[in-house]
Amino acid sequence: MRCYLGIDVGSVSTNFALIDEDGQMLKKLYIRTAGKPIEAITNGLKMIQENFKDNIEIMGVGTTGSGRKLAAVIVGADVVKNEITAHAAACIAEYPNVQTILEIGGQDSKIIILRNGVVVDFAMNTVCAAGTGSFLDRQAQRLGIPIEQFGDIALRSKNPTRIAGRCAVFAESDMIHKQQMGYKVEDILKGLCQALVRNYLANVAKGKEIKPPVVFQGGVAANSGIKKAFEEELGVDIIVPKYFDVMGALGAAILAKKFMSQNKYIKTKFLGFEAALREHTAESFECQGCPNLCEIIQIYEDKKLIARWGDRCGRWSESIAV
Amino acid sequence: MKVTFPHMGNLYIPLKTFFETLEVEVIVPPPCSKKTLELGCKYSPEFACLPLKITLGNFIEALNMGADTIIMAGGIGPCRFGYYAEVQREILKDLGYKFNMIVLEPPKGHLLDIMKKVFHITNKKNIKEIYSAAKLAWEKALLLDRLDKMVNSIRPVELMKGETDRVYKQAKQQISMAKTEQELTSVQQQIFKRMSKIKKAKDKVPIKIGLVGEIYTILEPFVNLNIERQLGELGVIVERGIYISEWIRDNLFPSFLNPKEHIELLNLAEPYIRCFVGGHGRESIAQIVKYSKEGFDGVIHLLPLTCMPEIVAKSAVPLVSKDHNIPVMTLVLDEHSAETGVRTRLEAFVDLIRHRKEETGNYALLPRN
Repeated sequence: MRCYLGIDVGSVSTNFALIDEDGQMLKKLYIRTAGKPIEAITNGLKMIQENFKDNIEIMGVGTTGSGRKLAAVIVGADVVKNEITAHAAACIAEYPNVQTILEIGGQDSKIIILRNGVVVDFAMNTVCAAGTGSFLDRQAQRLGIPIEQFGDIALRSKNPTRIAGRCAVFAESDMIHKQQMGYKVEDILKGLCQALVRNYLANVAKGKEIKPPVVFQGGVAANSGIKKAFEEELGVDIIVPKYFDVMGALGAAILAKKFMSQNKYIKTKFLGFEAALREHTAESFECQGCPNLCEIIQIYEDKKLIARWGDRCGRWSESIAV
Repeated sequence: MKVTFPHMGNLYIPLKTFFETLEVEVIVPPPCSKKTLELGCKYSPEFACLPLKITLGNFIEALNMGADTIIMAGGIGPCRFGYYAEVQREILKDLGYKFNMIVLEPPKGHLLDIMKKVFHITNKKNIKEIYSAAKLAWEKALLLDRLDKMVNSIRPVELMKGETDRVYKQAKQQISMAKTEQELTSVQQQIFKRMSKIKKAKDKVPIKIGLVGEIYTILEPFVNLNIERQLGELGVIVERGIYISEWIRDNLFPSFLNPKEHIELLNLAEPYIRCFVGGHGRESIAQIVKYSKEGFDGVIHLLPLTCMPEIVAKSAVPLVSKDHNIPVMTLVLDEHSAETGVRTRLEAFVDLIRHRKEETGNYALLPRN
């Protein structure tokens, strides 16, 4: 079967999406990056190969996320795209008339405004990561609640308490304070959901015209408490897509498919599943060429240098053909 | 006397030329680097904007190299920059440096004052010598601006990655070295020839983006993370709202030499910002309107964190963008700006523009990467 692969290497998770020629999802993977993106990428490749054996032929690969460049070097990618374009592409494929995308991931949150199927504006969080997945994870852990149950517990609250949500550290100390005052856990969780939504709307979505249909995606969309808080605050229904947690990877796969169909005579750069078996290592050193002291990252495949980046001037990155 | 001054893009070339032609010893601070930033941030108030921090870092590095006279620009507010020279003087004094600081206030009506200062620095009373040094410096500023415009239009279509920048680097050195106007003319011819020889991709359709906002973040590549080069690599022709020669004209020349176009430009901001808000706040808005009228595909609005004039402009951006149907992205920069984050936003903005063009039928193919 001919298919297209999308890989989204994020700070918290590395996601894979395998789609067929009609854009239908064949397989999705959600792997914790755990600070080791190379391992996460090669593990994902192995899992897909084990799952499908020789039944699939990869026709194109797209990568996205903060580790898109790294993934592109290891796997061999036809399209390397930023997260915003990838998320929008995945969402448009499922909801062609979407006008607003709220996306909250592990360490960043963004808003994408679309009109007539085209992205017209976007914003990402700049100052603070309060309200992103990592923070919710940590708070759930602290309260001894599995993150999967976070939302449902919050929904039980009838009397949410007000949490200061401007800054992750202050939100945490405010929560501890409220706990000590004797507030119920569900009221604190609901209060936290509301605080995060307020923070998101005030910072990320500031000045943007939020029109329905509104789609909520990214890992945090699994949290029904946050979804509900958005609905209450915006006064509109919020759609959570089926593959909300791998939308970046899905978008990358869709963009790879689109690119290959527009360039029929180009063969995919995919290096094959054997790439996963090779040993990939990353090394870094500080360049002493000027006071900038750039940190240069070198990627090796079976001890052979295959990519290098991190320099401002191009002295290192341009001396190797990728 | 060993004179130094802060960096702002290519400004050091004309300044160095001016003083050296008048036989004043000049110590140009090392190019802005992480070290400059660290030194500046360490001794600056945290809430001051980035230009104060970086220029303070420049001064510290130059003083350590033996400079004893600092030349700094002043200002008349509401932008805080006008007060920075005073703040920096106090900080440097507290650090124990011995130096003399000369602040050049904008000469609107104070032409004599600036002339007096120049006489003092150069220790010359001969107007003719000063005039010819200033003329050479001015010609260099003009040539550098022409060069920048040329580089920005060639870089997005160059066939060999990095070739334009190599020619650019060499050209800047040559311009800096030129001792007379005749020499500069022949340097100019050589540069233009080399630029025209760079191989260009014929089938590439670049998009056009205007760069507006706070002057220092626009002109200093270290601060804006080389935004012009980054956009060039993404296939974008960049035009800046501010060029060095315009800054010199606005700030160091008497106002009757300012061209009329500037007033016409400001009129474009009329429905949004009616009065002077400091810095280039009003110009930013006017230029967005101008770029839209000129058929640009988008505008990027740059400002350092806590920049007051540009915050005023920023609040008007959504309306201007809507009224004139042009996408505008605001980027706020400071010492905490992460390069990857900025790159992601730039790529996304370029994608947004390309898709818009595809949709209207002006653009055919999704480019690789």
